[in-house]
Amino acid sequence: MKLGAAAALVSSALLLTAACGSDDNSGLPGAVDFSADHIECAPSGSLLASGSSAQANAMEVWVNTYQANCDDSQINYKATGSGAGIQEFLQGRTAFAGSDSLLGDQELADSRAVCRDGGQAIHLPMAAGPIAIGYNLPGVDDLVLDAPTLALIFDSGITRWNDPAIAALNPGADLPDLPITAFHRSDGSGTTDNLTQYLHGSAPEQWPYEPNKNWTGKGGQAADGSSGLVGMVQQNAGAIAYFELSYAHQNGISTVAIDTGAPEPVAVSVENASSAIAAGEVVGTGGDLALELDYATREPGAYPIVLVTYEIICDKGNNPGTLDLTRAFLGYAAGEEGQGALAEIDYAPIPDGIIEQVRDRVAGMS
Amino acid sequence: MGTPATAPRKNTVRLGDRVFSGLSKGSGIALLVIMAAIAVFLTIRAAIAIAHNEGNFLTTFQWDANASPPVFGIAVLLFGTVVSSVIAMTLAVPVAIGIALFISHYAPRRLAGIIGYVVDLLAAVPSIIYGLWGALFLVPHMTGLFDWLDRFFGWTGIFAYDGTPARSLMTVGILLAIMILPIITSVTREVFKQTPKAHEEAALALGATRWEVIRMTVLPFGRSGIISASMLGLGRALGETMAVATVLSPSFLINASLLESGGGTFAQNIASQFKEAGSMGRDALIASGLVLFVLTLLVNGAARLIIARRKEYSGSL
Amino acid sequence: MSQTTVTEEPPRPRPSVRPTTLRRPRLPGWSRGALLLGSAAIGTATGLVAGLESRVQWGLIAALVFVVGGFALTSAVEGRRQAVDRLAASLVWTSFLVAVLPLASLLWETIARGIPGVSWYFLTHSMNGVLSWQDGGGIYHALLGTVQQVLLASVIAIPLGLLTAVYLVEYGSGRLARAITFFVDVMTGIPSIVAGLFILSMWIMMMGFGYSGFAGALALSILMMPIVVRSTEEMLKLVPNELREASLALGVPKWRTILKVVLPTAIGGITTGIMLALARIAGETAPIILLVFGNNMINGNPFEGAQSSLPLFVYEQWAFGTESAYDRAWAAALVLIAFVMILNLAARAVARWKAPKSGR
Repeated sequence: MKLGAAAALVSSALLLTAACGSDDNSGLPGAVDFSADHIECAPSGSLLASGSSAQANAMEVWVNTYQANCDDSQINYKATGSGAGIQEFLQGRTAFAGSDSLLGDQELADSRAVCRDGGQAIHLPMAAGPIAIGYNLPGVDDLVLDAPTLALIFDSGITRWNDPAIAALNPGADLPDLPITAFHRSDGSGTTDNLTQYLHGSAPEQWPYEPNKNWTGKGGQAADGSSGLVGMVQQNAGAIAYFELSYAHQNGISTVAIDTGAPEPVAVSVENASSAIAAGEVVGTGGDLALELDYATREPGAYPIVLVTYEIICDKGNNPGTLDLTRAFLGYAAGEEGQGALAEIDYAPIPDGIIEQVRDRVAGMS
Repeated sequence: MGTPATAPRKNTVRLGDRVFSGLSKGSGIALLVIMAAIAVFLTIRAAIAIAHNEGNFLTTFQWDANASPPVFGIAVLLFGTVVSSVIAMTLAVPVAIGIALFISHYAPRRLAGIIGYVVDLLAAVPSIIYGLWGALFLVPHMTGLFDWLDRFFGWTGIFAYDGTPARSLMTVGILLAIMILPIITSVTREVFKQTPKAHEEAALALGATRWEVIRMTVLPFGRSGIISASMLGLGRALGETMAVATVLSPSFLINASLLESGGGTFAQNIASQFKEAGSMGRDALIASGLVLFVLTLLVNGAARLIIARRKEYSGSL
Repeated sequence: MSQTTVTEEPPRPRPSVRPTTLRRPRLPGWSRGALLLGSAAIGTATGLVAGLESRVQWGLIAALVFVVGGFALTSAVEGRRQAVDRLAASLVWTSFLVAVLPLASLLWETIARGIPGVSWYFLTHSMNGVLSWQDGGGIYHALLGTVQQVLLASVIAIPLGLLTAVYLVEYGSGRLARAITFFVDVMTGIPSIVAGLFILSMWIMMMGFGYSGFAGALALSILMMPIVVRSTEEMLKLVPNELREASLALGVPKWRTILKVVLPTAIGGITTGIMLALARIAGETAPIILLVFGNNMINGNPFEGAQSSLPLFVYEQWAFGTESAYDRAWAAALVLIAFVMILNLAARAVARWKAPKSGR
């Protein structure tokens, strides 16, 4: 009888399979039109990729657009975090990895084991994301901070909102006498890495710690993931935290403008991030396109806290079975249409000079 | 049993027996092999990590397993895991026994059925939901309780509270208690129901009150079951990841106060460090998982000892 | 009491009339209700006067007053034994009420937030082509994945677990049984992500199989087995030895005794144990991410290609952090609970139908 029940369960499961599921969501109200003009499709196939969650939104748009225009292609990008993505890539399980930070020497050496024809892993910058400093301070809509103040706030050096240092930067604002609760990521994260690079790069005295994916500052509270930080900022008056710009936009959170030393404080936006990226330089060698940003930039209208997110591929390809699809997909993402889709979803495209090199590298995978 | 030369019927009997006992023994061995394989796997990976560790694995207050000399230690995690589980168990076990008794002996029959069912259902709520609920609902409601504890017991230091969002080991303990309550209740209730009716009737006939019946028949009978159920609950509390990660504000410091943020648990640390862990980082996390193992083992061993002291488990009359 | 009183207690007047019945004095039936109302009033009053913000605290004070007051009252009127009985009863009731509050709130939250998102469309479509900040989309791909993975895991773990428990209780003794018990205990403490890592290393890395629903099911079965073994073991131990002896004495072979007498007697508890195990694995996220990979499209083949699952879906949507994603997360959580509930109902029906009829 137990067998009978089991059989019933199994057959109902099979029925579920056979019956009514559908992958077609184009009829939804508000469905996005994914049509594109110039996608050069690869023959049908499927590939797996994983890594950074900072580029998850961009990947979502790219993957859906590619799949909508190329029949029978399936791309799975899993946003598990850069480190996990790199591990899976180095184990030869995925076609490419998304990462917010660069490979270490050991990891580069390991990549030779999975890359074909004596190749090794290279970094392709694909998108840049401004990191917003979001806060919750009733009655204060515009807030200006500079790198030393930010560093002190996140390091528990400044603990109240009406601190003279903050007041000096915001002469007109009516700052409440409220304790500051600074939130940081409890999980390791490329966002933390980039924020601390900025703090260390432009306020080394106030932020003496080396940049790290794990939080190294003193005090404050921690929460899991960017969504966790957003939740905390929404719940607690007096809270401040950092997350990708899209999280601030989608949840209507006020963001800090940064006093970089430029004549005007710089608000966080895609255009201002693009200006900062434009000053970035390629520091990778041997075909690698790793970028270095100037976090202490004083360029007017350049928002300095920017995260560059890379795809890590083998310069000569890894798995022959997914090579065509990888090339076609990344070619589209690096192409004009792929980059053009970024601004709408709060990413800054990669500057022309660099993205052209990215296209060359993608085309050069053989 | 079993004189050698008898009718063929006896042979078929023995064949069935042999097949069945062989099958059950076989699956026992299969289980053993799987577990042993896991244990070996974990030990090897953990050994690699510990061999490279520059800090002291047991006492370092830091987790930098991806740095190029890796430095990591489990002191904070061990403390946090033990403390939050102890809080969870002290709160959950008595209440769970209470609810189980309520269902089996106090509640009106029809109500008991419904409640029993709802309890089973709650055991099925995925832990991420407990986490979401905890972050959205429980944490804001904890502030009042924490203020109160601080006002009257703040002087102990354990219950000092600074007014920051209540995302501490205490909150985690309470959330875990709520989470494991249905599990413990579910199993305990089932055990209580198995109490031989004759025992209870005998006690009643002697003029015992309802509580005396329970104390003299139900509780002694269900004791080993209660401990087993608690161990199941504890297993879940010790290994809980998502609910802890959403509610706790972790740090690699031990805070003397249970009400202020800080600390961490093994499972929570594995989940939050795993995303950015390199291969050494993974091995270090596995090493911490191994400690969790040993911890569970110790607790379970102690529980087995308690049960073994009254081995006469048969529900004979 | 600073000064000693010298006056002697006058001898108590003897009761002039002896009680006419043997019955002990009892509190009237309405006393409990009155006590309940009274303590609620005291709780509220204390809360208001002391300015306590949390309603939970008011409730706790009321509960305390109720328990203590009930004990004192009964003790005065009915005597000690009855008072202890009453105390136990109020404690049991209170613990029930105290526990019901958060659990009901949790269930309510999930249902209230989940219901609006659940629709036929939601159940029958995948997330293909739906961006995370957009409304709509569905969970069919995840539901299908969960159903298949949980079924596969059960097919592996339940027979193994049941047979092992039978071995431990009915056959086992000596070193092997002790070793198995030991390792089963260890297993209950495996963090799910470690089980996932183990399968990842063995199945995917060493043996070279790809990510699939089946790989996830393997890890889930590892998590499931110890729960099945332990709860089944516990239930089998509770089966009275007289039943076994009676059956064996009638000449029924041992294996038939176990199958026809022991297991059916304990079937209710065994089912509960299995359901708990199922409930636990159905809500697992970590090993699924590692082994099943996740997929926005429907993949009906658990043995090949990336799949999704409901808890993974909830987790992903939660991490997106947008309003529409939260709506989907709650709705998917509700569906997950409903799925486990249906399994639970089915299992209970089977158990009731198979269990020997008894007095309760």
